[in-house]
Amino acid sequence: MAEVIASSSPSPVSVRAIPRSDADRHEARAAWMLAAPAILLTFLFIILPVCAVVTLGFTDFELGYSGFRFVGFENYAELLNDRTFKQSLWNTFIYAAIVAPVSIFLALGLAMLIEAEGIGRSFFRTAYFLPVASLIVAMATVWQYLFHPSIGPINALLALVGIEGPNWLGASSTVLYSLALIGIWQTVGFNLVLFLAGLTAIPRDLYSAAEVDGARSAWDRFRLVTWPMLGPTTLFVTTISVINAVKVFETVKTLTEGGPNKASEVLLFTIYQEGFVYLRVGYASAMTVVFLLILIVLMFVQYRIQDRQVHYT
Amino acid sequence: MSALSLRAIEKSFNGNQILKGVSLDAEPGEFIALVGPSGCGKSTLLRILAGLETADSGMITVGDQDLTKLQAAACNVAMVFQSYALYPHLTAAQNIAVPLVMRRLTRAQRLPLLGPLMPGQRQAVAEIKRDVRDMAVSLKIDHLMDRKPGQMSGGQRQRVALGRAMVRRPAVFLMDEPLSNLDANLRVHARGEIVDLHRRAGVPTVYVTHDQAEALSMADRVAVMIGGALLQLAPPAVIYDDPRHIEVAKFVGQPRINLLSMQVDTDGTVGFGEARCGLSRIDVAAASSVTLGIRPEFVSVSREGRGMPAKVERIEFLGSEIIVHSRLDQSGDTMIAKLTPAEGAGLTAGMPIRLNAAPERLFVFAQDGRRLFSTPVMDSDLRERAYG
Amino acid sequence: MTSNGFPPARIARLALLGFGALVFLSPYIFMISTAGKTQSDIFTSSLTLIPQRWYFFENFAKAWSRVSMPTLLFNGVVVCLLILVIQVIVAVPCAYAMAKLKFRAARAMMVLVMLGLLVPIHATALPLYVGFDRVGALNSYVALVAPFTISVFGIFLFLQFFRSMPDDLIHAARLDGMSEVGIIARVIVPNAWPAITAFSIFSVVAHWNDLYWPLIVVSNQAYATPPLGLLYFRAAEAGDDYGALMAATLIITFPLVAAFLLAQKRFVEGITMTGLKG
Repeated sequence: MAEVIASSSPSPVSVRAIPRSDADRHEARAAWMLAAPAILLTFLFIILPVCAVVTLGFTDFELGYSGFRFVGFENYAELLNDRTFKQSLWNTFIYAAIVAPVSIFLALGLAMLIEAEGIGRSFFRTAYFLPVASLIVAMATVWQYLFHPSIGPINALLALVGIEGPNWLGASSTVLYSLALIGIWQTVGFNLVLFLAGLTAIPRDLYSAAEVDGARSAWDRFRLVTWPMLGPTTLFVTTISVINAVKVFETVKTLTEGGPNKASEVLLFTIYQEGFVYLRVGYASAMTVVFLLILIVLMFVQYRIQDRQVHYT
Repeated sequence: MSALSLRAIEKSFNGNQILKGVSLDAEPGEFIALVGPSGCGKSTLLRILAGLETADSGMITVGDQDLTKLQAAACNVAMVFQSYALYPHLTAAQNIAVPLVMRRLTRAQRLPLLGPLMPGQRQAVAEIKRDVRDMAVSLKIDHLMDRKPGQMSGGQRQRVALGRAMVRRPAVFLMDEPLSNLDANLRVHARGEIVDLHRRAGVPTVYVTHDQAEALSMADRVAVMIGGALLQLAPPAVIYDDPRHIEVAKFVGQPRINLLSMQVDTDGTVGFGEARCGLSRIDVAAASSVTLGIRPEFVSVSREGRGMPAKVERIEFLGSEIIVHSRLDQSGDTMIAKLTPAEGAGLTAGMPIRLNAAPERLFVFAQDGRRLFSTPVMDSDLRERAYG
Repeated sequence: MTSNGFPPARIARLALLGFGALVFLSPYIFMISTAGKTQSDIFTSSLTLIPQRWYFFENFAKAWSRVSMPTLLFNGVVVCLLILVIQVIVAVPCAYAMAKLKFRAARAMMVLVMLGLLVPIHATALPLYVGFDRVGALNSYVALVAPFTISVFGIFLFLQFFRSMPDDLIHAARLDGMSEVGIIARVIVPNAWPAITAFSIFSVVAHWNDLYWPLIVVSNQAYATPPLGLLYFRAAEAGDDYGALMAATLIITFPLVAAFLLAQKRFVEGITMTGLKG
């Protein structure tokens, strides 16, 4: 109370200066206490392991053998000549190059259709979003049945129109595309919900203004209003979709184990095999570093594009 | 022939009638303010005029062009939105250019990379740039041309929005409360500017506002809309001095008009204090109870003498004038009087006073809100009526 | 936007949306249908949705007996709940300190959070596995939960949310004599429910579905989470007993799907707000 009374005296600044810095110190101490568990855990489970992965990448450490030695860039040199790893990188790239754009544009199209439609809005949203809330390992099993070459409904359907369906998950020529199909099915709902939120946030007045300004067709209004106004959403959706596609693992592990003939070998699956099946931790760490670098580059690209966009308010 | 004409416009949403047959004509170069409380249908009417909505029935013509069924893009009508609706990703110059780009360039010419290769595109783009430049100079916003809406103040955005609307020289100019997002000082300043721009452009303008002061101060004629119907369309002075409907009288004027319910006397007059006015025989036959309206500036206050006894409740000092809130002893109705400081000197809350009104300033309204024709009754007339 | 009547454009739009929804829902339809079919039914008529002989009970019984469903679901719930509770308890005070208290490390911590957002469990799994192996903690709830006790994403989300809360609210609480912990418990948390709900949905969906980390640290069926359990079940059911497989799939998918259907508005809001997943 003394402080409150004192502060109304003619020289409040000098009177308050001393208790004030005391309060600051108190506040800083409280802040440290509150943040301490988080800081500790971050070091323990994020910073330390990341440093360890980078370090292990320069060793020949293998689980089960005691002791290891530093081998410099030997692991990375090996990666350059590792056909499985290169195949795996290429497959991951193809997978992401299919899943990300298709799921983004499909989601955008569906979101605009749903937004324009009055009835059934929440039904459609639920239907498309359901895969996001479903256990992917379980749904992958269902897809395995759907894709089954002889008893699967998809090939049965194709047979009805006289097409002999391929061995979707069993042939090296189709397996990656089949997995991509599952990936798209799994991702669209998520992107759709984000696009719907983005569309709802566009002020109606802008569409009216566009009409008055002479934007006759739906396409003109899309170019003038919808697409630019969705810019930040699209950038975000794109980054997330690409990163999630690069992290594909569950469907591969459940359905194909990288096969047949390494045709569905993807980055995380290769790391998993090397590190936890063959227990070559050093070598797998080098792969992990490559994986992390890919993520960093993707994020960096996102930040750069975001920076160039002027902040709308 | 009028420059803009609306005939019996009706519009319903979900069985709810928003517009109940609105008709309106504007002369070339006329500035019409459309006022009314929120929800009265004025914005819907404006959107129909702009071609953003279609009327259920009725007809709209601009000059000799029938706009009734036309899409917004096809009408030569420009609009300034309440939120300004500037495209946030485009600079001020690009915003102003949009209506010209959309109208003067073909779709092929607008294509991002191929557009410049199309014949005539370069010249058209150069013309657009020149027109935008001229517009910016005339609005004194040429220094803002490279900024985006997010980097501008409210007043600056409003000018850019005006520029975007004016740049294509529309046949009709619509404004939807364009000043409501500005702060009070800027608003008064902007009124004058808009009237100025309107004079220079010479295009019929329909200006929607819920602010009666804005309407009275800017418009050539004011259209008062209430509950989906156009109650009166007249110059500001007529709207104020000769309202045709009780809602018009209530809506216009600050402080609000005093309204008193009363019975018509057997001699066919109604009055307040010393002031009385007579009604026509037909009206008297139709209605025995009416509402009497007296604007606060025509209420006079005296300490004693004749008039309606009342008590002062509260006094507001506004500098050039004094607002006296009082309560009538008999009916308990509140009466507001607007006085000069000299007239109001010495009044304090709780003081008993007498109220009078100018007889020629009494408005009489029937129960359905219609204004009834009334004539001031002089003392001599009274005697005549009583004895003759 | 809502127009009455059915002009051709609208019919086309509805048809398109309806067809798409059918395609997206078809895996569920076939899952339910196949879970009720006999082996021979599955082999002969894959396009008939109604089973010729109702075999639901037998298939479910088989799925239930081969793999301990209650254990799986129990493990899933325990792991997700533990992770969520610890994440919130750790992240909320930290985010509050960063958002509303003055202290020197706040800037450095912001950088840390932004970097942490980049690092998924896949990147730290190797050393963590080695570590848990060394201390003999594999095959335990600790191993399943510990790496996720810190959620930088949670800190990030709460930070954004707390920043938008008025400072005056906290000043008023301080003048009322509350400690910082009291402010968090009685002022911040009650006002942060939207953010906490959104984060909870994000966290539970992510960890209920996670296969990578459980696959690495758990080899004992007693600690298997639902995705891992289903993997075991598949391995045990070599061959094409799709009826039982679909029944197991149905049981394991059901809890989260039911939660989603019951609270889908919150789900969608949560996903929109967090805008991230696994």
